Amino acid sequence: MYDRSAKLAAKGVVIEYWLQRSRSLFTAVKGVDLEVRPGELLAIVGPSGCGKTTFLNAVDGLIPIAGGSLTLDGREIRSPGRDRAMVFQQPGLLPWRTVLGNVIFGVEAQGSMTKTQAIARARQQIELVGLKGFEDAYPLELSGGMQQRVNLARALLTDPEMLLLDEPFAALDAQTREMMQLELLKIWSQTRKTALFITHDIKEAIYLADRVIVFTRRPGRVKNVVDIKLSRPRDLRVKRDPQFLTYEDEIWESIQEELAVPAERLIAGVPAA
Amino acid sequence: MSIQSWEPAAPTTTLDRPPARERRSVVKPGRFKQYEPVVIGTLSVVIALAAWQIVANARIYSILFVPGPWDVAQAFVKLFQTGDIWLDIGTSGAEIGIGYGMAVVAGLALGLLMGWYTRFQYALDPFVNFFYSTPRIVLIPLFILWFGIEMQPKIAVIFLGALFPIIINTMAGVRNTEAALLRVARSFGAPDALIFRRVVLPGSVPFILTGFRLGVGHALTGVVVGELIAAKHGVGQLIAIAGQTFQTPKMLAGVILIAGTGMLLTTIIQRVENRFQSWRPQIR
Ligand SMILES: Nc1ncnc2c1ncn2[C@@H]1O[C@H](COP(=O)(O)OP(=O)(O)OP(=O)(O)O)[C@@H](O)[C@H]1O
Ligand SMILES: [Mg+2]
Repeated sequence: MYDRSAKLAAKGVVIEYWLQRSRSLFTAVKGVDLEVRPGELLAIVGPSGCGKTTFLNAVDGLIPIAGGSLTLDGREIRSPGRDRAMVFQQPGLLPWRTVLGNVIFGVEAQGSMTKTQAIARARQQIELVGLKGFEDAYPLELSGGMQQRVNLARALLTDPEMLLLDEPFAALDAQTREMMQLELLKIWSQTRKTALFITHDIKEAIYLADRVIVFTRRPGRVKNVVDIKLSRPRDLRVKRDPQFLTYEDEIWESIQEELAVPAERLIAGVPAA
Repeated sequence: MSIQSWEPAAPTTTLDRPPARERRSVVKPGRFKQYEPVVIGTLSVVIALAAWQIVANARIYSILFVPGPWDVAQAFVKLFQTGDIWLDIGTSGAEIGIGYGMAVVAGLALGLLMGWYTRFQYALDPFVNFFYSTPRIVLIPLFILWFGIEMQPKIAVIFLGALFPIIINTMAGVRNTEAALLRVARSFGAPDALIFRRVVLPGSVPFILTGFRLGVGHALTGVVVGELIAAKHGVGQLIAIAGQTFQTPKMLAGVILIAGTGMLLTTIIQRVENRFQSWRPQIR
């Protein structure tokens, strides 16, 4: 039904890394099939090293795919574009630029706004992510959570059609993470941008997403898809809803299966990577 | 309900907090703390000078071997009582200015090119390595043969002396650009020119200035050794002649002139560096 109208469509996506040292190809992602509908917030969870970041980088156009097809609005993704913006796991801020300077860096790189326009919009964006008053602070003077807000604001300022988020809150403490989740949902419900959100945190995935996709262990594939039918707007109390816990169990078990070390490999003394 | 037991108590969840980024607290320094570097530095110099003066005053060795600081100071003043010194300073200054200036321009350009374009680096690496591992002052006789004993051979050796540390450090600065920053820039579709100007270049500034600072040392070595070997005028020449004619205080006065120049240039570079580093929290 949503087939034709999918925002992002991945069909049998294979991604390989060339390992210079062993002079061999390493398959990180093997046959990912998924679709992101317009305006949907889709979360991907999976065991560490299963290729989530790799897949997201391919969606951003930073790395090429070795097989299958990856299309955004029906067009093959070949390079980064203005229709996508990434919120990185590490904030990746220019240490010599202030908050304001970092927030405008995205649009500056794209060349999509004049500088005065960018600065005016950036001030609004900074307010939206709750950093008002810190416009002239340098990244090293900010807390980890504040740095991630800058990272988020930089992506939002480019006004992308699709937001790509790679464990943006993973490095934050539990309280700050929940606060950021709330704020992300607030911003997302205002803009209704299509979003692909990667996380380790099952609760986070369920809390934020319309659907949660579980990846298999490396090489990553889609293992199962869980429709999250929790009503919106969601506040943090939804995390104790029985339905929420059912989802959590289901996803948790799905990941456990992937983490389980096959018996024969245990005997051979080779831990699963 | 069993739901409550599912959510662990809040404080326990903070245990999985990742190693926090190191935050350096910027406590307002106390009054003494603020002047501590100057006070301690001055004190140690004063003590060293006093010790030197005491040893010299004991006159175990003649003034020829161990002149005291006072003797050197007098020689220094005497230097400036005749007009000749200005010709020496002017000559050496011009040699350093031209040679070092050219090294800064060429070293910066070559270093940036070699850092940014890998193929360019492959092409020039053999030469850079060859010259960097050769003390360039051994080429002075050749330069004298080519250029005579005027300023040119010194300019050449100063230039070559300062050039390679600047190239190598500039190149290292470009190469050491943080991969995460490059990825961010690429992700936003930044063209190469913008990545270079807004990410690579600002990030390289500390490396480049380190190259400049090392270059100063090499330039001063070049001018002194160059003039020792053959020159008509110059501070190095003055040192050489004073040394050969057993005027040790005068010779040391010349040395102080050279050292002062080095310290002055280094301080200027340090100031520039501090300006560029204002975003870095104080480590102290
Ligand atoms: N640049 C690279 N070169 C070679 N191999 C890589 C590279 N980046 C990732 N890999 C490999 O590809 C696999 C998938 O990595 P990726 O970073 O996508 O995992 P991930 O699912 O994001 O893991 P995590 O949840 O820990 O962030 C890993 O086994 C990793 O070793
Ligand atoms: Mg990852």
